[in-house]
Amino acid sequence: MEARTPQHAHTGDHPVGHGGHTAGHDDHHAHHPTGFMRWVTTTNHKDIGTLYLWFSFSMFIVGGILALMLRTELFQPGLQLWEPHFFNQLTTMHGLIMVFGAIMPAFVGFANWQIPLMIGAPDMAFARMNNWSFWLLPPAAILLVLSFFVPGGATAAGWTLYAPLSTQMGPGMDLAIFALHIMGASSIMGSINIVTTILNMRAPGMTLMKMPLFVWTWLITAYLLIAVMPVLAGAITMVLTDRHFGTNFFNAAGGGDPVMFQHIFWFFGHPEVYIMILPAFGIVSQIIPTFSRKPLFGYSSMVYATASIAILSFIVWAHHMFTVGMTAAAQLFFMYATMLIAVPTGVKVFNWIATMWKGAMTFETPMLFAIGFVFVFSMGGFTGLVLAITPVDIQLQDTYYVVAHFHYVLVAGSLFAIFGGIYYWIPKWTGHMYNEQLGKIHFWLTMIFFNVTFFPMHFTGLAGMPRRIPDYSLQFADFNMLSTVGAFGFGLSQLLFLYIVLKCIGSGAKSPDRSWEGAEGLEWTVPSPAPYHTFETPPVVK
Amino acid sequence: MTRKLGSALAALAMTPVAAAAAEMPSQYNLQPPQSIIAHQIYDLHTLIMWIIVGIFVVVFGVMAVAIVKHRKSLGHKAEQFHENTTVEIIWTVIPFIILIGMAYPATKTVIAMKDTSNPDITIKATGYQWKWGYDYLQEGVSFYSNLGTPRDQIDGHNNSARAANANYLLEVDNPVVVPVGKKVRIITTANDVIHAWWVPALGVKQDAIPGFVRDTWFKADKVGTYRGQCAELCGKDHGFMPIVVEVVEQEKYNQWVASAKQKMGEAAAATKAAADPAKQWTLEELHAQGAKVFAANCQACHQATGMGIPGTFPALAGSKVVTGPEEEQIRIVLNGKPGTAMQPFKHLSDVEIASVVTYTRNNWTNKTGDVTTPAEVKALRK
Repeated sequence: MEARTPQHAHTGDHPVGHGGHTAGHDDHHAHHPTGFMRWVTTTNHKDIGTLYLWFSFSMFIVGGILALMLRTELFQPGLQLWEPHFFNQLTTMHGLIMVFGAIMPAFVGFANWQIPLMIGAPDMAFARMNNWSFWLLPPAAILLVLSFFVPGGATAAGWTLYAPLSTQMGPGMDLAIFALHIMGASSIMGSINIVTTILNMRAPGMTLMKMPLFVWTWLITAYLLIAVMPVLAGAITMVLTDRHFGTNFFNAAGGGDPVMFQHIFWFFGHPEVYIMILPAFGIVSQIIPTFSRKPLFGYSSMVYATASIAILSFIVWAHHMFTVGMTAAAQLFFMYATMLIAVPTGVKVFNWIATMWKGAMTFETPMLFAIGFVFVFSMGGFTGLVLAITPVDIQLQDTYYVVAHFHYVLVAGSLFAIFGGIYYWIPKWTGHMYNEQLGKIHFWLTMIFFNVTFFPMHFTGLAGMPRRIPDYSLQFADFNMLSTVGAFGFGLSQLLFLYIVLKCIGSGAKSPDRSWEGAEGLEWTVPSPAPYHTFETPPVVK
Repeated sequence: MTRKLGSALAALAMTPVAAAAAEMPSQYNLQPPQSIIAHQIYDLHTLIMWIIVGIFVVVFGVMAVAIVKHRKSLGHKAEQFHENTTVEIIWTVIPFIILIGMAYPATKTVIAMKDTSNPDITIKATGYQWKWGYDYLQEGVSFYSNLGTPRDQIDGHNNSARAANANYLLEVDNPVVVPVGKKVRIITTANDVIHAWWVPALGVKQDAIPGFVRDTWFKADKVGTYRGQCAELCGKDHGFMPIVVEVVEQEKYNQWVASAKQKMGEAAAATKAAADPAKQWTLEELHAQGAKVFAANCQACHQATGMGIPGTFPALAGSKVVTGPEEEQIRIVLNGKPGTAMQPFKHLSDVEIASVVTYTRNNWTNKTGDVTTPAEVKALRK
């Protein structure tokens, strides 16, 4: 963990930034515990952001190990390593841990670090609740990981936890339900904090339509979280009572409906997908203008596009369920609504490219990840359009094509944006520049191995390989072998990322206040590393 | 490997060409369509792929030009333009029009897929953990369809036997047989959890939901054998419950129905004879038959060792239920155990249940010496 020494540099007025305002007060008066207790008791948004990011990274490693374990079984046909029930546990827990443990907390980490810095607020609105939001996560993660060691092992019902399969599971399922409840509570508190901070604590002069796009995307994301996390909590509570208290919500023999679970789950699940991608859009929208040295092409249309995507996300859920056998009218409605999402998403991609157009681009690691994001995420968007077409979806539902699709949007989308964001802001966080050459190597390894892993899955899916199977027929053997090789390359490349980050915390060239030539925004007006307390006197935004 | 990837990339770009050239199963594209709906799905996918490739080339062509030319290292100076309402309207409206172009043919296919009226044959497909059961509603033919691949090809490192089996994991003991060119309506339901009945070449995938019935249809163009798999995660052996549809000429189909009915009749007669209340069963007879019933119905969960999978599927060896009163065990086998994976096995005959109960009570470490008779089972049926 980085040891941040208090900054004694700036007493009195410190004319930094284009606002000419005061920033970066020293923190002589920062009385806080040190060592372990500092992190347990901290209410500082920067500390909590750091905690979130390290938590996310450790879950990323755990989820990654699970992925490599299941890819090893899939290296060749036949059952070599794991019996099928354990294989199903691996796919299920890989999904749950990556979604709820790695991707979502990473974005909350960014929100904690960056939102106060970007809107000129001294901290988050509810500093103590912020501490609680974070410290709920480790117990939830422990429940998830421990569930592998209870009788029957972890839940093997898939990350979607479809009933009635999930009501058949052993006690590992109950641990997963409790973990999700806790993580949901954490997300809701975090979201309330973010909404309140953004709406009430912006610096004078920063109107909503002057906010950096990252802040906008998080404001919208936070509303999505508040709207849908309780829905998930409801669905899994019903599974819990079906399991233990004799209710029959999803048990047809008792008058329940198994498909109802899917409706409720995906009413949460589809907005959840955008919860994991909108902040990524925000990060990319910060990075691309910086390294193009040119303002974002259509700021307001980007804001409106984000809001449109969020609203549409509530009326497309049943496109995950085209094969359950709904009426033609319902299939058509959900197909049209889903196709509509391509419009605002397209607007975003066009805006990013228009921002690059006639800029003066340089290609430091954050920019590489951002361009990589636009390129590869769009491929995930394209396959999303293919899957929106109901008849084609019915053929491809629950095949590796879907696995390819959502890894293109979640890995090449969310994860690439997270990497880009870390390289972009880590000079501000640590005060050091990371090793640019290693960063670029990390990007290229990640990019290449990502595609080696996931591109072949389009083919296996088209040719008819179902997902979530531990063994497959022989025509899928070549591509599965290739995917497994790619997965190991991808996983090992992330150790380089860990090395780069650790090295950047401990050493590296001193970063100026404005770490990047073209960077705009309040966060670049405070010193690097950002002092423990910033913007105690609000800056004025013109 | 690189050559394969290269040809794969080429195939993606030339999807329709590759498909037209080959009838053999494609590694790169949807399986060759064998029904009218499968053809429509195939063509829709091809159309959309081309549209996407077009958009991809245009959009990322522009990005590539920007990346190559508008770089600081070439001395390019950043222009500061932003916001242009005309451009923004254009790039909102054009995608919208393209989407309408895609939605129109898709809508026609959706409506065609949903039209299950006037079928020539109706077959009920029931998903079980982990096999399919089929009932031909008019013909009165019923059977189960289990994975045909031998277990020793799946487990362990016996690669050569596996490699020699072209239909590894895609073969069953009793395939579904249907006549060519006839509209076949498939009604799906399930016994335990959600499964999905999927045959890619015929363009059908329909979830099988316990307690509910859903339907879909196909009309096969050509005689042949078409293979698919369960497509909804349904527990441990989800990957091991394939679907095989044999499409034959009408005449052959009629013969198949006749012989299937005859076989069913013989089996029923045998069961009836076996269930003769006067017949005295010995422990050995029941044990021998019970071993077969156990292997077909119970072993997937409770394991051949009788040890189950700790925490998920309980052990039968040393189990309190199996070594306790017979009546309780018969009830559980008949009616299942709510809230667990133990499903009702009412569909087995009295003899089958009596024999498997006897088998479990007198196998492994269990030495109760009890002989459960078919009459006892019959008495406990509701």
